Amino acid sequence: MSTPLLERREFLKFSLAASGGLLVGLYIPNGAKDAFAQEASTTSFMPNAFVRIGSDERITVIVNHSEMGQGVYTSLPMLLAEELDADWKNVGFEPAPVDPKYNHPIFGMQMTGGSSSVYSGFEQFRNAGAAARAMLIAAAAQKWNADPATVRTDSGAVLDGANRKLTYGQLAELAAKMKPPEKVALKDPKTFKIIGKAKSRLDTPEKVNGKAIFGLDVRQPGMLTAVVARPPIFGAKVRNFDDSRARGMSGVRKIVAVPSGVAVIADSFWQAKVARDALKVDWDEGAMSSFNTAQMMQQFREQAKSPGKSVRKDGDPEAALASAAKKIEAVYEVPYLPHAMMEPLNCAVDLRADSCEIWTGTQFQTVDRMNAAKVAGLPPEKVQIQTTYLGGGFGRRANPQSDFVVEAVHVAKAAGAPVKVVWTREDDMEGGWYRPAFLHAIVGGVDASGKAVSWRSRLVGQSIMAGTMFAEAMGMTKKGYDPASVEGVDDLPYEIPNLGVESHQAEVQVPVQWWRSVGHSHTGFATECFIDELATLAGKDPYQFRRDLLQKHPRHLGVLDLAAQKAGWGKPLPKGRARGIAVHASFESYSAQVAEVSVAEGNVRVHRLVCAIDCGRYVNPGIIAAQTEGGAIYAASAALFQELTFDGGRLQQTNFHTFPVMRMNECPEIETHIVENNEKSGGIGEPGVPCTAPAIANAVFAATRKRIRKLPIRMTEAV
Amino acid sequence: MISFTVNDRRVDVDVDPSTPLLWVLRDSLGLTGTKYGCGMAQCGACTVHLDGEALRSCVAPVSRVAGKKVTTIEGLSPDLSHPLQRAWIAEDVPQCGYCQSGQLMSAAVLLREKPQPTDEDIDEAMTGNICRCGTYPRIRKAIHRAAGMMTKGGAK
Repeated sequence: MSTPLLERREFLKFSLAASGGLLVGLYIPNGAKDAFAQEASTTSFMPNAFVRIGSDERITVIVNHSEMGQGVYTSLPMLLAEELDADWKNVGFEPAPVDPKYNHPIFGMQMTGGSSSVYSGFEQFRNAGAAARAMLIAAAAQKWNADPATVRTDSGAVLDGANRKLTYGQLAELAAKMKPPEKVALKDPKTFKIIGKAKSRLDTPEKVNGKAIFGLDVRQPGMLTAVVARPPIFGAKVRNFDDSRARGMSGVRKIVAVPSGVAVIADSFWQAKVARDALKVDWDEGAMSSFNTAQMMQQFREQAKSPGKSVRKDGDPEAALASAAKKIEAVYEVPYLPHAMMEPLNCAVDLRADSCEIWTGTQFQTVDRMNAAKVAGLPPEKVQIQTTYLGGGFGRRANPQSDFVVEAVHVAKAAGAPVKVVWTREDDMEGGWYRPAFLHAIVGGVDASGKAVSWRSRLVGQSIMAGTMFAEAMGMTKKGYDPASVEGVDDLPYEIPNLGVESHQAEVQVPVQWWRSVGHSHTGFATECFIDELATLAGKDPYQFRRDLLQKHPRHLGVLDLAAQKAGWGKPLPKGRARGIAVHASFESYSAQVAEVSVAEGNVRVHRLVCAIDCGRYVNPGIIAAQTEGGAIYAASAALFQELTFDGGRLQQTNFHTFPVMRMNECPEIETHIVENNEKSGGIGEPGVPCTAPAIANAVFAATRKRIRKLPIRMTEAV
Repeated sequence: MISFTVNDRRVDVDVDPSTPLLWVLRDSLGLTGTKYGCGMAQCGACTVHLDGEALRSCVAPVSRVAGKKVTTIEGLSPDLSHPLQRAWIAEDVPQCGYCQSGQLMSAAVLLREKPQPTDEDIDEAMTGNICRCGTYPRIRKAIHRAAGMMTKGGAK
């Protein structure tokens, strides 16, 4: 397998609105034969790659997406169980091995991202369940010598007109001999018994008794632990190192140079870490040794003064601005941000002469397999990845270069034994691959009646896709800009006749990556703050002003109205409190939020967040609410507290004492309201993020008449 | 050799006495339910009980627990029967789940000290435990639910 997945047409659909309709027919009969040959027995029935039914009635759904908190180990089994007509209490899950048959139906590779697991699997898992059900029916009909059309299923059993009953477990052995159906009919959504219901998550029990295995928890016989001394500055190289103190330390097995730094391999983590800290590494600091983020943002401001690559141009924004009755100009800035998952990065590898087994919490199985194979000198099919639970992902564990996996394979080569590379919190935070810092310079104007007539956004920031294997698939060369940089502003829904979007791609040697909601994490902030500024300029209520400009966008309007209504928009609040609103579409879903804040002595307190979400037809409302709230809290943390800054090339925030995270006592009351409709299913992992920062910032303005144009929010920088 | 009790079992470990308890639990004893998050008592993922009190095991040298009684998430109950575990399941609290061992161990100390905690009590007791998935609202609900179960004598 070279890199065919990237040339596949499917991948191009990444930039299109992915729809469930694309996926019909991707069900692969008998697909599991190779992957599960070792488990095949007369006591279980595997009609396809996604489900196994045991004679003990257990139904195991094989899930091809990684569980990082977003609930796929529950929602995807629900889709399959619905069409299988399974008894939900018998349904379990298992992570899929890495295998092309588990490729993402849209991206053409095995991965988890883009909030796409449920909508890309909506038909795939239902088809797999329906195919299994058809084979169980065929088996029962054969046993009863009846016409399959005369039997029905109910909660894990096949029944006939005379109420004879055979359970799926009783039928498993015979069903395995039935021919998989070529085509199956899916249920009418009106008859759903599982989809759309608040089923408890299947992974909760093992997450409350310490049994759930995350990457960090992997233990294998003879497995050593390694900690790596990595460059203190991006691009720095090891000139030489002195390990004279570290070498003799207890438990230390080997100290070796690897491409990413110097690895200390020991019997246990603490021994490796203490020895790593005793190393003296002489670094050739390189070109980034004078890097400073304040200077970088100053350069971004300068760059924004000249036109960038045109992304969108409706009408003539400049001319309309010149003739506008009132105009306003604002520059918004957001910082670099780490993903800061609770579980720092780690990767365990057992490298043998003709095999490589990897245990890690990854979002990027196919890419990791290819990159690991290159380092191991093995064909990709000799590399197997056991996907553990992910202690948070947020995009970091989908690294185009597989940085944490590749490094671990290098270390395994040197170790000569199974080894787990563990990153400390500091290693993880200093390790790069951040949400890129961005600057949005926006100008806009309204006419004498207060109608918005002109808007021009100029963005400056690093491209995430540039230099990766995805750049071409995303059409970057042809477009001349990175679509992921401008998503959320290139499709601004407001009806403004003269609207321009321009992009400047900044070249900075800081590794950047997708961070929960990617481009939307900054475009949502800048556009929803600026529309609020235009409303003020027009002398209109910010909610009504948005409404007037969204008349052709019913789903935007739907969430906007729902959030406003549930938040009591316009109704009196206790003294000192004020509301702000924001609406934004991302990942095929629509979100609006209203924040209620107070500001005292320069401190912003968020008291309440009302979230409205329209993700089309949903699978599990409990998970929808959890993801919406979780996204809002993740975003509120960033809006209120978080930034990464560099001086002299060195990161100034290294752990949770200098990189604060929202805590229980700071967490607002949050409520989520779900729009009920039958639209195509959309994403839920990320759409909760983009509205939170602008809703808070707009509420701060309502409370103080001061605009927030820079994150994190600091009242001393408000204008 | 340092001896102490973990989940009612006596253990003897031969490690450098300055090794943090967290890594002794995880690497020497195979009790991986207790998590590493920061290594500097900032996030609470490593919370265990030392003679019944909450302890950040990532900064506590194992020498400190010699002769004492340590309880980890694996010892909270043998069968998911602790009211907090039942409440966590009922409220579907965990998302990624990585911080939840620490959250539960902190909450267990809170409920022992204050069987009917107010929201302020919860803020005070739980603020040392970070969750990046944002499960705080459900943790709060689950603690109240567990407190309710205990009042009704349902703590079996």
